[in-house]
Amino acid sequence: MTTGGLTASAMVEHIAAQGVTHIVTLPDSETNFMYDSMTESGMEVVQISREGEAIAIAAGLWIANQKPAIMIQNSGLFESGDALRGLGIGIDLPLVMFIGYRGYTRHGDTPDSAAQFLEPFLHTWGTPYWIVEKDDELDRIGLAFKKAEETSKPVAVLIGAEYVSV
Amino acid sequence: MIDYQDVSAAIQRERGDAVVVTAMTQGQFWKEASDRPELDIPTNNSMGKVSSIGFGIALGAPGRKVIALDGDGSLIMNLGSLISIGGKAPKNFYHVLYDNGMYAITGGQPIAGAGNIDWTGLAMASGYRAAYSFEDTEEMATEMPRILSEPGPVLIHVKVKPVITTNLGVIQTWESNAVMPAQMRSVKAALA
Repeated sequence: MTTGGLTASAMVEHIAAQGVTHIVTLPDSETNFMYDSMTESGMEVVQISREGEAIAIAAGLWIANQKPAIMIQNSGLFESGDALRGLGIGIDLPLVMFIGYRGYTRHGDTPDSAAQFLEPFLHTWGTPYWIVEKDDELDRIGLAFKKAEETSKPVAVLIGAEYVSV
Repeated sequence: MIDYQDVSAAIQRERGDAVVVTAMTQGQFWKEASDRPELDIPTNNSMGKVSSIGFGIALGAPGRKVIALDGDGSLIMNLGSLISIGGKAPKNFYHVLYDNGMYAITGGQPIAGAGNIDWTGLAMASGYRAAYSFEDTEEMATEMPRILSEPGPVLIHVKVKPVITTNLGVIQTWESNAVMPAQMRSVKAALA
């Protein structure tokens, strides 16, 4: 399955190649195309009820010597702000956060405040990020995991695939 | 109603090598009772998240019991975690809920819905394997060994006598914040 320029199987393969054991996720409009591939990948999918749980569960998995990643929408990242503060940055958690970039347009003019505030939000928290829109940019996933390990801090990969109606 | 110290004592007698994740007032009493502090994680710095942190540890270390000492004011901040936990139903997860009906560390203001919440009903409807409720110390102490030897996820709701303080919340949070990263790494090393 493909959305915009991203292929689900290629994206999931790049994540799994980093040794990720668990994907803590709440499906959203930008990342749902990967759901089936994730469940078939060998990584354990942990579904949550609200995005604020994601970083806390990931912290627990990391304590248990697993390698989690989270996958939530930008709107849910805003809801996760206190967890990012206290449990992400606060405990030096090396975590890659895949964030559905709702409202993303390459030209930057968007009516969606979830998109308008996402990058300023990440700058405010001092959280590095990479945007991926196409399969040939998926090597950025490896860069994100490397940065998370080097800094022992959360980093973000923003899924910038524009919504394509089918 | 039951004293915090009695709940701590009943859990401590049965904890074995369980990881214990704590929040707020119950964490203050737990650290006085615990004989395995290297396996304890205080999480006051992230109120509401103790159930999710414990859930994550339980998922990642299925061979190790994980006991989360939660509060009613904390859990209503993260009520959806009951459903997330119930969805995966980790057999090694024990969720102890201290119910004082209030925010004791801010002076005793009632929580939303105080006295009206069916905690065991919520847990069972969310997919927990079992849920128990105690208001009597002797009954709680008698039943705790059996409950903590059963498969989880289990909710253990305990109606506790409030210990009202004022202006200690921030101090406890700072204390927790100072030790939480190191305690997490202590537990991580123990689980390696």
